[in-house]
This record gives sequence, C-alpha cells and structure tokens, in this order.
Amino acid sequence: MTSPTTATSRTDRKPYAIEAYGLTKSYGKPAVRVLDGIDLRVGHGSVFALLGPNGAGKTTAVRILATLTAADSGTARVAGHDVVAGRSAVRRAISLTGQFAAVDETQTGEENLRMMARLTGLSRADARRRAGELLERFGLTDAARRPARTYSGGMRRRLDLAAGLVGSPEPGVFFLDEPTTGLDPRSRQELWEVVRGLAERGASVLLTTQYLEEADRLADRIALLNKGRIAAEGTAAGLKGRIAGHRLDAVLTSSEAYLRLAGRAVHHSPETLTLGLPTDGSAAHVRALLDEIDPAGTEIDRFTLHSATLDDVFLALTSEVPAHV
Amino acid sequence: MSETAVLPGRAPGPLTHAAVMAGRSLRISRRNTDALIMSLALPIMLMLIFVYFFGGAIDTGALHSSYVMYVVPGVILLCAGFGAATTATAVSEDMKGGIIDRFRSLDVGGTPVLAGHVAASTVRNLVATAVVFGVALLIGFRPAASWDGWLLAAGILVAYIVALSWISAAIGLLARSPEAASGFTFFMSFLPYPSSAFVRIQSMPSWLHGFAENQPITPAIESLRGLLLGQQVGNTPWIALAWAGGMLAVAIAASGVLFRIRTR
Repeated sequence: MTSPTTATSRTDRKPYAIEAYGLTKSYGKPAVRVLDGIDLRVGHGSVFALLGPNGAGKTTAVRILATLTAADSGTARVAGHDVVAGRSAVRRAISLTGQFAAVDETQTGEENLRMMARLTGLSRADARRRAGELLERFGLTDAARRPARTYSGGMRRRLDLAAGLVGSPEPGVFFLDEPTTGLDPRSRQELWEVVRGLAERGASVLLTTQYLEEADRLADRIALLNKGRIAAEGTAAGLKGRIAGHRLDAVLTSSEAYLRLAGRAVHHSPETLTLGLPTDGSAAHVRALLDEIDPAGTEIDRFTLHSATLDDVFLALTSEVPAHV
Repeated sequence: MSETAVLPGRAPGPLTHAAVMAGRSLRISRRNTDALIMSLALPIMLMLIFVYFFGGAIDTGALHSSYVMYVVPGVILLCAGFGAATTATAVSEDMKGGIIDRFRSLDVGGTPVLAGHVAASTVRNLVATAVVFGVALLIGFRPAASWDGWLLAAGILVAYIVALSWISAAIGLLARSPEAASGFTFFMSFLPYPSSAFVRIQSMPSWLHGFAENQPITPAIESLRGLLLGQQVGNTPWIALAWAGGMLAVAIAASGVLFRIRTR
C-alpha cells in the first residue's frame, strides 16, 4: 500500500460497512423461519448492536453476513463486496468471533495465532511477529506459551478475537457474536474495553448480545431483533425516547395522601401506596414537583426516579422478557 | 510501534493451507500421548497374541516357515486401520467446535482441512508401522525383499494409509459426535479379519470366500506379504493400488459433499 492512488481503495468509501436487505433463512423440516426479512445498515467506523433474546436469529444473521451460511433470499454487502459473489473478498476483509471460542485447546495461544496468520498467507517470520503483536495487544503475552485449554473464559475470548484479527487489514469489519456470553463481570469489562479499542481504531463492528446494558454501553446504534424480525432500530437514547422520559415513583405515608394525588399519576400501585408521576428528570423539576405535591414535607416517605430503560423499550416492542445483566 | 503489514487480497492456495493444517494436526497428535501410545500398543499386543497364543494352532501352508512370517503384513495393515480411524475422531472434534468456522472465515476450504488431518494420520501411521516392524524383527520376522519389492510395498502401504485415513475423515464428517465417529470406524479396524491377514481364506467357511478374496484389504496383504518375503506376486500389487486409488477418490468426493452439507 505504497502508491497514493490506492489510498481510497481500503474501504471503497462506500456509505456502509455492512448493508443487508430482506434477508430470510429457514431451517429444518418442517421449516422454521429463523430470519424473516431483515434489513441492516452499519456505517463505517460505527458499532452496531443486534439485541435480542435467545432464538431471535442473531447468530444466523451474523453467519450470513460472515459468508458462513447462505440466505434463502435477500442480499447483503460487507466491506463493499457481495457476500455470495464476493465471498473470498468478504472473508479477507472481516474478522469473526463466534459464541464459542474457535481456537485449538491443545495448542498454545501463540501457536494458534501463528497458525491463523500462516493461513492468511503470512510468511513464517511475519506470522511469528504478527502473533507477538496481537498477544501483547490483548494482554496475553504472559500466557502465550500455555495451551489454550488452561485459559480463563475471558482470555479465551480475547485469544479468539486476536485470531479473528490476524489476517484482516485494519480498520476492518468485525462480527462479534455474543462476545461476553458466559463471562464473569470482570472479563466482560475487559472485553468491552477491547471492543472500544477496536472502535477507536476505526473498525466497523456488528455485535450481537442479549444484554441490554452491553448494547447501551458499546453501540452507536441498536437493532432489536425478535423472532427473525427487526422490532426497532435506532440509537440507545432514541429507542428509550420512544417510551417516555422519566418517572418519579413516590411512596406515600397515608392512604389519604394517595387518594388525593392519584389523579395526577400515570402509574398506580395502591398496595404499596406508590404513585408514578411524570417528570423530565431534571433536578429543578423534581424539586418543584415534590414541593408542589407535598408542601408540608410529611406525605412522601421516599421516592425513586427512573429513566425509561431499554428493558422498557424491549418489553413494549416485543412483549418478551430478555435476559438481564 | 509499526505493525506487521497485512496485505489484503493476497490469498494463499490450498496447498499452503493443507501444509499448515498438517502441521497443526501433527502438533496436536504429538501432545495427545494417550492416543499415541494406544495406537502403538494395540497392534504390538495383537501381533504378540497372534504369534504366541494362536500361531501354533494356525496352519499357513508350506510357503511360510513360521506364523510370524505369515502374520506381520496383516498386523501392519491392522495397525494402519486403527491409526486411520483416529482421523474420524479428530475431524469430528473439529466439526463440533467453532474452529471450522474460523478456518472457513479465513477462506480455508474443507479439502485442505481434511488433507491436513490425513497427512498427519499418515505420518503417525508410518511411525507406528516402523515400531511394529521393529518388534516383528525382534520376534523372528525375516524379510527377503528386493529393493523394488521394498519400494512397492512401502508405496502400497502409504496408499492404503492415505485412503483409509480419508475414508475415516469422511466418517468424521458423517458422525454427529466424536464418540459416534470412533464407533463408526470400528468396521474399518475389523476389515483385516475376514481376509488372508491372519488365517488362510481356504480355512474359512465357503460362503465367506467370495468376500474375503475380493475385499480391498486382501490384495494389500497378499502383495505386502509376497513382496516382503520375495515371493511371486503377479499383478496383485496393481490391484491393491487400484483399490487404494479408487477408495481415495470416492472418499475425497464424498467428504467434499459431506463438508458442504455440514457447513451449510
């Protein structure tokens, strides 16, 4: 890549790193429709989360985009190449980390990475150097000469990520299928850092997750996938905004106070003497609201303030309970 | 820090892939010491059992001065069958984990992955054969082959090991679990029994003659025995090689189809 004329060829300056239209896929007999016509657009250098419960079709979508499975219908382009006609080109442009770490247990971390590097066409010397770099970058240098079977879940996932990176030119397109499922909280944090690191280097990332918090923290845009369809798509804030702003839940000291204020509430819970009152969530408004409904300062025992969560959005849009963190 | 350049668009060919895969399989099997010891111990034990327990009771005709002279080629092929069978388990393990997806996402095809397993299996088998052969020499096997004979015998052995390993790889793709895969390969390990490997076919019930004389293992055993002992072999070696070639061709074609089905 020395010639200045190739400077624009890296990502072809197409508007999207990943774009898919009308993808469908059915499995089994009788056929079960796993994907029921989904459209996706992931901008260059952005992190996109496909959020959904188990069985929503997340993995199938990733496998189609990563050229591992053919869609029954629909088209998709990744890094500017069609996933069917340009399969090899797509494979060279992407890196994929699946739900199950795809590394050899009996090989060491270093051997795994060197093997992957050799498979992408690097010479022995380059493969060795590339493996060393990636081990360092993912904090695995100390464990480089240990068999992968001795790695913790988080280390294994990082090794898997490194393996995916081995032959892909950066900034590339990353598919991370449930990268933190089954990890302990600390490993999850570490992996989040890795994903942020990729994003900072300009990578385009499509990650799938069942965790609302993960999508909220990492992704620029989120698509809610439910039963093979995209139920909603937007930024985390935008999706939350679809439901409401905030709600103040006040626990009252007496049933008289409860009855007096019930008319103003949007949420009622007589057993606990709790009323939900709409607010924009600002300190000024909350203070004014409390003073207004309880000028003597005796009728409200305590209160909680909620911003609408992705849970609320999810429940509202899919009426299905996703896993919580 | 300047990172190692990764050049997009430069794709290595299937031969490079197969070579890297073979290195991987060899590294893994070298560390799988239990399986390695078993694949050596079993044929040696069988040879000792046949020579010392059964040998005295088996009449192998006037051509063979002792049973050990008769049975060694059979044990060597039995050993090849056992060794090849481990390929099924290894392939099945790969299919179970995510590693095949990783290879595919690196644009490595199914055939190079299997070729790597088969190459490693061949190396493992040749080592095992050498050990079995060494034990055979210790207990009284005295080959009398010409240079041509040695060469042809080695060629036939390698051809059978490759063919049986590739069949085993196809079985590994067919089986839904490594345990099932290892079960499926049992018949391959037993194929040498209804052949001239351990007893003369004439001593078997007559309904078995047709199968025993025409099954793929028999020409290999007849040629190995004849070539190693410096006897007349006629066109048997070529029949053996034709069998090996045919089995290999079918196994490669079948495993190609199976791989596509399994990774759809």
